Amino acid sequence: MKALAARRHHPMALLVILLLALVATGGLYTAFQPQTAQAEAYTQDDIDAGEALFLANCATCHGVNAEGLQDADGSTLGPSLIGVGAAAVDFQVGTGRMPMQHSGAQAARKPPQMNEEQTRQLAAYVASLGPGPAVPDEEWLDTSQGDATKGGEIFRINCAMCHNAAGAGGALTRGKYAPPVIGLEPKHVYEAMETGPQNMPVFNDTNLSPSDKRDVITYLETLEENGSPGGISLGSLGPVTEGLYAWTIVLSLLLGCAVWLGAKAK
Amino acid sequence: MRDHVSTTTPSAGKQTSIDQNSRVYKLGAVGGDWLDQRVAGGGLVKFIARKIFPDHWSFMFGEVALYSFVILLISGTFLTMFFDPSMEEVIYNGPYTALQGAHMSRAYESTLEISFEVTGGLLFRQMHHWSALVFMVAIFVHMFRVFFTGAFRKPRELNWLVGFTLMILGMVAGFSGYSLPDDVLSGNGLRVVEGLMKAVPVVGTYIVMLVFGGEFPGTDIIPRLFTIHILLVPAMILGLIGIHLVLLVLHKHTQYPGPGRTERNVVGFPVFPVYAAKAGGFFFLVFGIITLISATTSINGVWNYGPYDPSPVSAGSQPDWYMLWTDGGLRLIPGWESTIFGYVLSWNMLIPMAVYGLLLGVLALYPFIEAWVTGDDREHHLNDLPYNTPVRTGLGVAWIMTYLILALAATNDLIAIALQLSINDLTWALRISFFVVPVLSFYVTKRLCLSIQRQKRDLALHGEETSRIVRTDTGDMIEIHEPLNEFDRWVLVQHDDYRPLKAGKGVSSLRAKATSFFFKDRIEPVTPAELREALEHHGHEKHVIDRVTGGDYRTPAEKATH
Repeated sequence: MKALAARRHHPMALLVILLLALVATGGLYTAFQPQTAQAEAYTQDDIDAGEALFLANCATCHGVNAEGLQDADGSTLGPSLIGVGAAAVDFQVGTGRMPMQHSGAQAARKPPQMNEEQTRQLAAYVASLGPGPAVPDEEWLDTSQGDATKGGEIFRINCAMCHNAAGAGGALTRGKYAPPVIGLEPKHVYEAMETGPQNMPVFNDTNLSPSDKRDVITYLETLEENGSPGGISLGSLGPVTEGLYAWTIVLSLLLGCAVWLGAKAK
Repeated sequence: MRDHVSTTTPSAGKQTSIDQNSRVYKLGAVGGDWLDQRVAGGGLVKFIARKIFPDHWSFMFGEVALYSFVILLISGTFLTMFFDPSMEEVIYNGPYTALQGAHMSRAYESTLEISFEVTGGLLFRQMHHWSALVFMVAIFVHMFRVFFTGAFRKPRELNWLVGFTLMILGMVAGFSGYSLPDDVLSGNGLRVVEGLMKAVPVVGTYIVMLVFGGEFPGTDIIPRLFTIHILLVPAMILGLIGIHLVLLVLHKHTQYPGPGRTERNVVGFPVFPVYAAKAGGFFFLVFGIITLISATTSINGVWNYGPYDPSPVSAGSQPDWYMLWTDGGLRLIPGWESTIFGYVLSWNMLIPMAVYGLLLGVLALYPFIEAWVTGDDREHHLNDLPYNTPVRTGLGVAWIMTYLILALAATNDLIAIALQLSINDLTWALRISFFVVPVLSFYVTKRLCLSIQRQKRDLALHGEETSRIVRTDTGDMIEIHEPLNEFDRWVLVQHDDYRPLKAGKGVSSLRAKATSFFFKDRIEPVTPAELREALEHHGHEKHVIDRVTGGDYRTPAEKATH
């Protein structure tokens, strides 16, 4: 210790301390940085197969190196995919939104074009381009550990204003929309929260922890299991469909009775 | 028609034979006499029982409103036994898993108890809510019928006002009930009302403090709304329904024009036994339909919305249908505000409120406006056929279109998503429609009415076209017309005719202009002279046709198949 103390005025001491500080900060950052590490191990084969799929199906809009492309007017054809992570690919391709059928306000959900294996390979390739959120661990999708009530609170405060209190979906500006969120795969719900696809905000692990996300998924599953205790749900869209029902179905029934009673006896 | 009874010509011949020696008859007579000696109601019962009501399906919507109100009272009484209008905070511990452990008001908790724990509770909740929607639908349909047939004219102007007030009270009842469960949706509705109150210049914030007993939402509003909802408004509705019905009996029911029906009689069935049976049966039909719908179709699933919390607003938050129009104006108007002497004037609230007031005011006062225009002081008991009053019908349709566009505007998010439209473009389209569509629909309706009048005029004069054409020996082509019988023709020629007035001689220039607006495009009604001439012409034509065809109007092809 004495030797160290004696050399504290050595010209190199500052440099050593700086180095130590940097290593400590970097080490701590890496240790605490949430979810950037690959949760799933992809092989080089996966990455290569993914690249081939990417070049064939995605590069037209996203560029051959996934760096993103712009058209002559400077508007985005496809955003850069470097750093979006495997979770984004798994969501977009797994729900059929990508490859996109046609450009418009928003990519619509459709039957997936890639099978599970191909989706995994694409995810592997995109994940290899730069660190990003990975496909979630099974642990965070296990709804038996989730709290539906807490998930409901989170859902009402953060999600219902676009997705509707019953998860039936809702409109956004200029033809964009928040899709229905009932009956989805838990993995996709998680990935949507984590990556913020289309017009959705990102709910990363610092504002909704993985267990919060699991609670939301649990709530949505509970809603689905409960179904509609009152009978036909009319789309769970609230008073408007109920009013329409009253003016059409109920009124026609009443009108039928009125005409019947008002008819002269033959 | 012969079976019907008329008030001025009581039919003596049509008496149902009753065995006056039967035991039931004697028992009824003794019991009736006993009661009559004590309450002296015999005369009234006889008066009511012999009251004549005309039969027509369009006369039955007032009844639907009355019956759904009865269902509202019955189901509402059940609900009050289990609902607790308290804003005390509790922790939910019931069977609905997605809310276990959540903090909520006692009002919301008791609504969940009614829905999931009380036997039959959810059915009663749904019956209460569905019958509320049906109540308002029936009121509107009834009001449209009265409007378009001119049944609001003298002597029924006051009853129109009573009915109008019932419609407003129905809205108040509905809104106060919608707010009681204290879920997020009902709280959102209250928040809008709070905003509208606050927008009132100078006194707005004081009103809010008085109504809510402090800052929104406070802990007073649900108990207060409860008193309004279960005591004040129902009592007022009940009282006004009483007045509405007494006036109905006093005025007698209107009837559609027809042979034998005049301004001085009513042709129809007596209340007892025919109409009492029909109306009683209809009550059970309405009850049955509402029960069926309530047992099969969910309404206001409060468990989805969650306990009220002032921060969240769900997508697709709308009021019940009869309040939609009040939300529509708020969604259409740009966010206009101005600051005067440091006070903010929220035009985005004040202008819609003024528009709503105007729409309701015009509706309430229309009978008086029209009476002023026509200067018609006669009593009317025969209904107009809507095509005979093109301007009134046009104005009514324009009013409905304005109402409809406001209601559609309140659902702009749902329309946008259902039709894959941009909500921004849709809102602009509705803003423009608000000004254009009522005017356009007025003219289209008016023109349609005039066209129908022309067609009916032709029909009255010349009869039905048979699409059989005869060529005479001189080469003329004549279509064979089947003349109407006198009964059918009567309906086409009986209506009133009004003409525009000239200013002067006690007629103000404003009134002259108004009469010109109402009546300048009129179709001359058929005059007796015209009718005589047409019949003569028809007779002459028939003579020619009969000469050519020998009285056999079949075509050669038809003859060949025989």
